[in-house]
Amino acid sequence: MSEFISMRTVIEVSYFVAAILFIFGLKRMSSPVTARGGVIWAGAGMVVATVVTFLYPGMGNYPLMMAAIFIGGVIAWVSGKKVAMTDMPQMIALYNGMGGGSAAAISAVELYSGADHGMVFGTLAVLGGMIGAVSFSGSLIAFAKLQGLMKSVMRFPGQQVFNMLLLVGTAAIAGYIVLQHGDVNTITIFFLLALLLGVTMTLPIGGADMPVVISLYNALTGLAVAFEGFVLQNAAMIIAGTVVGAAGTLLTQLMAKAMNRSLANVLFSGFGDEPAAEGGDGVSGSMKPIDAADVAVMMAFADKVLIVPGYGMAVAQAQHKVWELTQLLRDRGVDVKFAIHPVAGRMPGHMNVLLAEAGVPYDIIYDQDEINPEFPTADVALIIGANDVVNPVARTDPASPIYGMPILDADYAKNVVIIKRGQGAGFSGIQNALFFLDQTRMLYGDGKAMAGELISEIKNL
Amino acid sequence: MIDGFVALYIFMLAAFVGHEVIGRVPAILHTPLMSGSNFVHGIVLVGAMVALGRAETTLELSIGFIGVLLGAGNAVGGYVVTERMLEMFKSSKDKDKDKEKSS
Repeated sequence: MSEFISMRTVIEVSYFVAAILFIFGLKRMSSPVTARGGVIWAGAGMVVATVVTFLYPGMGNYPLMMAAIFIGGVIAWVSGKKVAMTDMPQMIALYNGMGGGSAAAISAVELYSGADHGMVFGTLAVLGGMIGAVSFSGSLIAFAKLQGLMKSVMRFPGQQVFNMLLLVGTAAIAGYIVLQHGDVNTITIFFLLALLLGVTMTLPIGGADMPVVISLYNALTGLAVAFEGFVLQNAAMIIAGTVVGAAGTLLTQLMAKAMNRSLANVLFSGFGDEPAAEGGDGVSGSMKPIDAADVAVMMAFADKVLIVPGYGMAVAQAQHKVWELTQLLRDRGVDVKFAIHPVAGRMPGHMNVLLAEAGVPYDIIYDQDEINPEFPTADVALIIGANDVVNPVARTDPASPIYGMPILDADYAKNVVIIKRGQGAGFSGIQNALFFLDQTRMLYGDGKAMAGELISEIKNL
Repeated sequence: MIDGFVALYIFMLAAFVGHEVIGRVPAILHTPLMSGSNFVHGIVLVGAMVALGRAETTLELSIGFIGVLLGAGNAVGGYVVTERMLEMFKSSKDKDKDKEKSS
């Protein structure tokens, strides 16, 4: 008996240490200087918690367990090492979905085994299973969309009513299972409905809103993990899951706020629904083209250049060329800074990751609030693959769907150069008034190719 | 071991910790942080191991197996991509140091 107790103590102490390592790890990730160490701390916590779990009393099936860890681990390791930085958002969605699926599986095993957890923990088991299943299938749909495996937006008439009925129906069965335990068939139907709910919830949400959705599912998975932690009486799961749930919720709100939209708005109303004609009223003038040689002169003799990258830069894989261009300008004594909008790219901070990959030091990369006061003193604002985040109609045209969204004040710069492939409107289909301003010039072409031309033109000066 | 109210306290305090820890993170780190918190909920692996370890019927065994597989994927994949991203974050000073080293 005493041996049994000491074993429990070892396990509990290890989980306690793991929880501390997770919290301090996340804390260290809040500064770029210590971030790298942070993930190593959290990783150490994970190893401790996993190893000690093999000592759990009353368990069997070890060969099966080792096999599952090996297969899942190797697949994730290889795919995680191989994925390109541009594809990072969908990879996070995928791993997040796996976590949700795992939480749902825990719930399913507990429910199928018919173990009695009492009213409170029984409710948590069912709820955690439902949230986990929704996060699983929803994340997979998000992955498929970002990976380009399926159409970005799918709608059918009465979709919202259907989703609402599905939600209520699933919740009703969940209630029945808590009260009556439910047989195998009922439990199976419950999980199938929850999986379907995740799919139908995610289908109508478009590409630009994907970061918010991924972040939301990240928070939901955390919550599901915490709930299953209560059921299994596992403190490490409760603490880690809850911390992620709270952090993810905050992150989701920050992202929705950066787009000037509420979370409900992201989830329930399609952004591209309104006809694309609006916003044209306030836009007049013409787009004026320019060639690379002129832009090169303009930038080489400038005092200050602000570069605004967007998702287009990621698509063109132009970040390395852009950094090369930046180094050339800096060698000539030009003050070059990067201005990043909070929702540029497909995830908050996505641009920072891509620029970091190219080797851009983080101390010349600035947030919207830091950099906006500097636009009026900038000689050139170079926009690469960004569109809506620099559209001044967000400030001026109350009729525009993006009215009120905080933007980068690129229109205040003395000269604006837009690198863009064609004349079409942006991702949201809204005309960009910035393109038509007097001080704006359009440099038509692929982001990477144009950055390359600028580099050779500047070298020739 | 953990009864209803103690559980509730743990939940509340952990939620505050999560909110506070993330509240001060600069936007530059949002993606790695999302990835990092994604890795942290990979702790679900531990629960899946317990569920599989106690499973008896074929149904429970197969679902438990999938659960452990997915949980391991979450933990390992989450770690690998977070580590890869954070490794790239360097300041100008770090870069100068790298240059000195290589030359």
